[in-house]
Amino acid sequence: MQQNTPIDVKPIDKDKVKMFLRVTLYLFVITVFEFAIAFTVPHEYKWVRIFIFVALTIVKAYYIMSEFMHLGHEKGALKMSILFPLLFVAFLLFILLFQADAIFQAVY
Amino acid sequence: MSSTAIEIEEKEDLWGGGVSPMNVSYGKLMMWFFLLSDAFTFSALLITYGLIRFSHPAFDGAIDDFVFSQEYWPVPEVVFEAVPFLHGVHLPLIFVGFMTFVLILSSVTMVLAVEAGERMDRKGVEKWMLWTLLGGIAFLSCQAWEWSHFITGTDMGSKLLDGSIFHGANLTMNEYGPPNFAALFFFITGFHGFHVFSGVMLNFMVFFQAVTGKLERTGHYEMIEKVGLYWHFVDLVWVFVFTFFYLV
Repeated sequence: MQQNTPIDVKPIDKDKVKMFLRVTLYLFVITVFEFAIAFTVPHEYKWVRIFIFVALTIVKAYYIMSEFMHLGHEKGALKMSILFPLLFVAFLLFILLFQADAIFQAVY
Repeated sequence: MSSTAIEIEEKEDLWGGGVSPMNVSYGKLMMWFFLLSDAFTFSALLITYGLIRFSHPAFDGAIDDFVFSQEYWPVPEVVFEAVPFLHGVHLPLIFVGFMTFVLILSSVTMVLAVEAGERMDRKGVEKWMLWTLLGGIAFLSCQAWEWSHFITGTDMGSKLLDGSIFHGANLTMNEYGPPNFAALFFFITGFHGFHVFSGVMLNFMVFFQAVTGKLERTGHYEMIEKVGLYWHFVDLVWVFVFTFFYLV
């Protein structure tokens, strides 16, 4: 069955598109900044580098999840049910990095 | 006064059935939970990379003196320094940076397709989904080149522990560093690449449904949103793979 009523196309939400372009700019700038860090901060400052990289990655992840995936505008219950379980990731990271050091000490 | 009373009543009824307490459809909620489980899988892979990397010695000399060796973990910017058509030119991380931008831009076009879908703008959905598909295919092509270069290896190759010269990489041996380095490369970027491939398939499916007018007849473009969530997740994972595999 073909519908005869014409589809009502709404005009472009300019603010929304502007917001998407702003987020794109942020992601672009942060990535360029990461490159700058990778080639200017010497490898001797290993933990400084890792800290900056991880922090900037989390900022990027925040923008992608909050704006692109729309999670920032969802109900609190949905936000929490996605974000709280991710604490397990932090826990696994914590125990396995300790384990890595233990293996390193045992082998070398 | 009466409005306050109604609000309280609504709050009590929120989890009592009959309404969607998270204000999203079943399909979207389940997509979120699927992505959560997928996030655990990727976290496990990347944390395993951390575990294995830090249980090997790190290279501690100056970066210019770095040579491939089985004795220590390689520095990624020395391993990933090739760009197509520029053989022998040292361009660390340039190509993988380009891949990152391709994937981010295809995420942006996807979000614009979702926006067009909310406005019932069929032409807009078709246009932006086509760009998204193109971005995904471009990324996959880049990755195919990256893999074949990694497998083929450098002209010099490097010495394995038994003294023989080896070029490139497979799952048990590689010229870049300890055997696990290449194994993890294949597993992590391969698993991500497979997700990109599935994403391109799903994107094509909803693009097809939009073009044939199926979504318009349904009366909403929510399929674009659900597949969009998956596509953004693929981008999100790449942001982490990029940091932990190529930058750190």
